[in-house]
This record gives sequence, structure tokens and C-alpha cells, in this order.
Amino acid sequence: MAVVDTSTDIPASAEARAKTHIRPPSIRWSVVGDHAILIFGALFMMLPVLFALITSTHEAITIHKEGLQWLPGGEMVDTYSAVMFQQSGFTGNITGMTMLTNSFILGIGFALGKIAISMIAAYAIVYFRFPFATLAFWVIFTTLLLPLEVRILPSYEIVHAMGLTNTYTGLIVPLIASATGTFFFRQYYKSIPDEMLEAARIDGAGPVKFFFDILLPLSRTMIAAIFIIMFVFGWNQYLWPTLITTDEGYFTLVRGIRQILQVWLGSNIPQYGQAMALAILAMLPPVMVVVFFQRWFVKGLTESDK
Amino acid sequence: MGTVSIRNVNKDYGNGVLAVNDVSLSIDDGEFIVLVGPSGCGKSTLLRMVAGLETITQGEIAIGDRIVNDVDPAKRDIAMVFQNYALYPHMTVRRNMAYGLTNRKMDKAEINRRVGEAAAILRLEDYLDRKPRQLSGGQRQRVAMGRAIVREPAAFLFDEPLSNLDAKLRVDMRGEIKQLQRRLGTTSIYVTHDQMEAMTLADKLVVLNAGRIEQFGTPLELFNSPASLFVASFIGSPEMNLFDVQGTGNGAVRFGDADVKHGLGKAVSGTVKLGVRPHSVVPAKGRAAKHGQLAVSHVEELGVERLIHGTVNGQRCTLAVPAGYEVSDQVSLHIPTDAIHLFDNETGRRL
Repeated sequence: MAVVDTSTDIPASAEARAKTHIRPPSIRWSVVGDHAILIFGALFMMLPVLFALITSTHEAITIHKEGLQWLPGGEMVDTYSAVMFQQSGFTGNITGMTMLTNSFILGIGFALGKIAISMIAAYAIVYFRFPFATLAFWVIFTTLLLPLEVRILPSYEIVHAMGLTNTYTGLIVPLIASATGTFFFRQYYKSIPDEMLEAARIDGAGPVKFFFDILLPLSRTMIAAIFIIMFVFGWNQYLWPTLITTDEGYFTLVRGIRQILQVWLGSNIPQYGQAMALAILAMLPPVMVVVFFQRWFVKGLTESDK
Repeated sequence: MGTVSIRNVNKDYGNGVLAVNDVSLSIDDGEFIVLVGPSGCGKSTLLRMVAGLETITQGEIAIGDRIVNDVDPAKRDIAMVFQNYALYPHMTVRRNMAYGLTNRKMDKAEINRRVGEAAAILRLEDYLDRKPRQLSGGQRQRVAMGRAIVREPAAFLFDEPLSNLDAKLRVDMRGEIKQLQRRLGTTSIYVTHDQMEAMTLADKLVVLNAGRIEQFGTPLELFNSPASLFVASFIGSPEMNLFDVQGTGNGAVRFGDADVKHGLGKAVSGTVKLGVRPHSVVPAKGRAAKHGQLAVSHVEELGVERLIHGTVNGQRCTLAVPAGYEVSDQVSLHIPTDAIHLFDNETGRRL
């Protein structure tokens, strides 16, 4: 993308100006080709979202008659305010706002919980010598192979037996053990030179002090990177919230979309516009988080500032 | 009191080899001791045992008159400078230096005074609020030393602190460390594999080989009368020439077809090693006895002098001559009696 024909730039010096005069403007087909591919790729990714956004600004009746819309309609404010604030559902006391809040609680709790647990687990594995430490690591590591779906029934049984269905605790806590996070933090800690720990020991920092004074600040970028991944991952959880929440007050956006649409089938025409709007809303926060933290994210994965 | 005594210390990593083997060393207050040896000789291990970062398998280590075998590194009253500096990247220079003191719950004003003082000594005043990554290698090294200085410890421990610097800076920093140590008068133990660094810095030098002390003494003692073949070849640059010669039993050794007087005051027999430094072998001139013919292979030009490499009687030999000396294919050598070191061929000990 950085390759742009420089003849359009304002030359910085007389010499540069002379140069641009001599060189005839030429079309570099490889650049055009690259851009064509990139633009096609971008459109491929963006168009469905764009259609959803545009379509969500039309009335349900229009959508029902004419299908997906190419041009923005005039119902945007109505649709979105209805989705956000209009009470609906079986109990009639759930709004888009409630679901959005729940999603945030799940996403943030999920991400922070995973970070806290995996940081501490990795700290133990890397810095403490205890029997079967390596075994412990590999046991944790192999659970990477077992997705949530494999253990979902026993997990549900336990959470149910503990009476934690329809609570935020039940929604978040069973999910926060993270092999991925532990693995990432382990690798990161291992890349921190041993001398750092030794210097801290000589400086009189015990295990707790070392963790909070040295390790935690050093892991900032890593934490940010993992936060992004985990927030999006948590936000998009569908199966677990579906199982664990029956009370609409605990519905998350991702879980709510389908439910809400079904309920609204009570009128003659499905509220396509509102469903689209809800989908857009459900997508927005993860996108914002990624855009906002992107710099940190890249830094966390590439930087070695030690 | 900054004395350090190491008494019959062993380190066993459980692999059948003693990394440190029965080392005893007594260091006086204010002395600058350099531990030198090839990689894997146990010098770093020994230093880290003094620091408390490695456990002591056997023997004891005392700092001052307190035995510290089971004392936490932080409570040993030592400060350490690491090869890779080990500065805390997220803290400013000031906080890096103050961290150890803050952890000791020292008075704020006292911390500021000490950090200010150390920064002045190390010319770091303008950098106190910077992060380590904004500093050059030499400056980072100085911060690492500042962190040690503010502690005002009984002993400084240096673990190859200059290895990460480029050659020129290393020489500069070497001078700075020496001056600093003189000025503060703090007992220091310094580990390096660079014999030049060791020679220039040390009050006393410890040459370690395979976990054992080969020799302990002043740099000149080690240079002038190396106790073993190992020390002889390790100390001094270019390396000492070592020849296989036959003892004749009459105050001389047979080298090729020449007899070389060794002046040892006792007879030597059998095969022994004759050591002579490149600067001591001289081209035979006038009436000086010729002890061999050097077949020259190549010449290194160093500016102040030239190093002539070649073989004598089929054995490798290096000769250092003044810059102006004209080199031909063959050089007659004279080995002065007072420059000769003889070593037992079996044990490697000095005869």
C-alpha cells in the first residue's frame, strides 16, 4: 500500500523536482494488480457487514418485499432505538441495552479472569521449582486440545449443582482457565532473562514483589494482546451462555439475537431490520477493541523490550 | 568489613563433575580480585555462590565475619553487576538505582542522596529520568554499576560486565571501573574470560581451570612465574611458546640439536615443556648462542611490533620483534636463560 507513484508528491528539493520532471508517469501493473487483490479482499470481507448495516436502516416491510438493500433507508434512528431501548422478550423486560451490558460483563470478566489465572499459573510454572512442574505444564497444555464443547456437559452439571445457573459467576468462572493464555505467558516469561530475577533477588524483592513490581509491568503489552484475543473470544461465546442462562435478564447479545428474532415473529413480518441492527451492534465492540488496541496488540506479539 | 573468605567450597550439579572443586580463597578488605578462566571453568558459579544465587554444596563462604551459606542474597550485603546489565526496562534510571533501597524501606531523603551521589560519580545526572532503552550500552552499564554503588555494600560482584560492549568502549569502561573501585575502596570480585581485562584490573588474580584454582597471585606474579602450563598459556598475549624438550641432567635441556641452559639449579631429565614468551625469544645476534632456526610462515603487523609465526624443530613458535625488524625466511633464535619456564610434562606443574 505504501508504494505510490511519487510524481504526485510535492518534491522536497529542487533536485527531487528535476528528477520527477525527467521520469515520465508510468503505470506499474504489479502495483495495480496488488491493489486490485487487496480491494477485492476488503470488499469480500466488508460487503456483508455493509449490507447488514444498510439493510438495517429500512423498514421490515421493505426488506421482506425487496430483500437486501443497496442504499441507505430512513429508518435508522427508529430501528436502532427500538433495538436498544424497546422492551421485549417473553418477559418483556429485556432491552438491547441489557444484553449489551451482559455481553460487556462476559467479555471483560472472561478476558480479565483468563489473564489473571494464566499469568499466575505461568508464574508458578516458570519461576518455582516444585515436583511435577513440567507434568503440570503439559497437562495444562494438552487441554488446549479439548475445546469447551467436549467438556460442556460435565461443566454444566457442576455449575448447575452449585446453583450458579443464571448468574454472572456461572457465566464467567467456568470458562476462565486458559491453556492458551498460560502457554503465551509461559513463553513470555521464559524470554525474560534470568538475570532480571537475580537482580531483583539481590535488590530484596520477594516472589510477590517481583511479580507485581517487575513481571506485571513488563507484561503490559502481552496482557493487552491477550486481552484483545480473549475479549473477542468471550464476547462471541454462544454455546455456554445459551446453556447457562435461561433468565432473559442474563442474555448476551450474541445469544439474544436469535431469541429476540423468534419472539418478534409474533407480528406478521419478521423484524429483519432490527435483527440486522442487533447483529451490527454485537459486532461493534469487538471491532472497536481491536481498532483501539491494535498498536498494543502488534507490540505485544512482536516487541522484545528487555 | 569487606573481607570475603571462601573455604573449601564445592559445587556439585549432580552430574558427576564438580563445577567448583575445593576452592579456598581469602580476600582482604578493599581488594580487587579477578576470577579468570575459560568458559566452563567454574568462575561464574563461584561468583554466584558468593552472591547467594547458587547453593553451596560443601564448604563455607563468609562475608565480613558472618558465614552466609544460608543467607538470602538480599541480606548478604553484596551488590552484583550483570553481563546483560539486567536493568528493569520499565523503570527510570532513578528508580532502577533506588529499587533495592526502597525495598529495604530506607528513608526517602537518604535514597535521594545516595542516588544523586552515584549519578554524579557515574556522570548520569542528565539521564536519571530516562528509561534504560533510551541509553547507550556504556550508559546502561554505568546504571548497573550505580545500582550497585547506592547499596554501599561490603563487596561488589561483577559477572563479565563488559562483554556486551564493543572493544573501544570496553577499554574505557575498564579504566572507569578500576578508578571507581579505587575511589570507593570497596572489595570487588570480578569475573572475566578476557586475560587482558583480568591483568589490567586485578590487584590479585585467580586463574581457574575445571573448577580448581590453578594459581592465585598478583598479575605480575602470574605473568613472571606461572605455576602451571595452563596459567602460562592463559596469561599473556600473544601466548607463551611451549616446546617439548629433553632434560639432559646437567643444567640444560636439549632442544633440537642445541643445548639450552635453564638455570634451574637442579637437574632435569626426561621430556619436559619449555615455555618462553614471544617477547623474550630474540633473534640470535653476534656471539649469542643459537638455539634453533625459525622457519617463518607468516608475519602479523601490529604497528608497534611485528609478530613472526613459524616453526622451530617442527614445533610452533611466535616471535615478537620491533616494528623495524626485517624478516627473512629463516631466523636464528636465542632463548635467554632468565626467560625460561620449565614445566613437568605429566602434571603441568612448574619445575
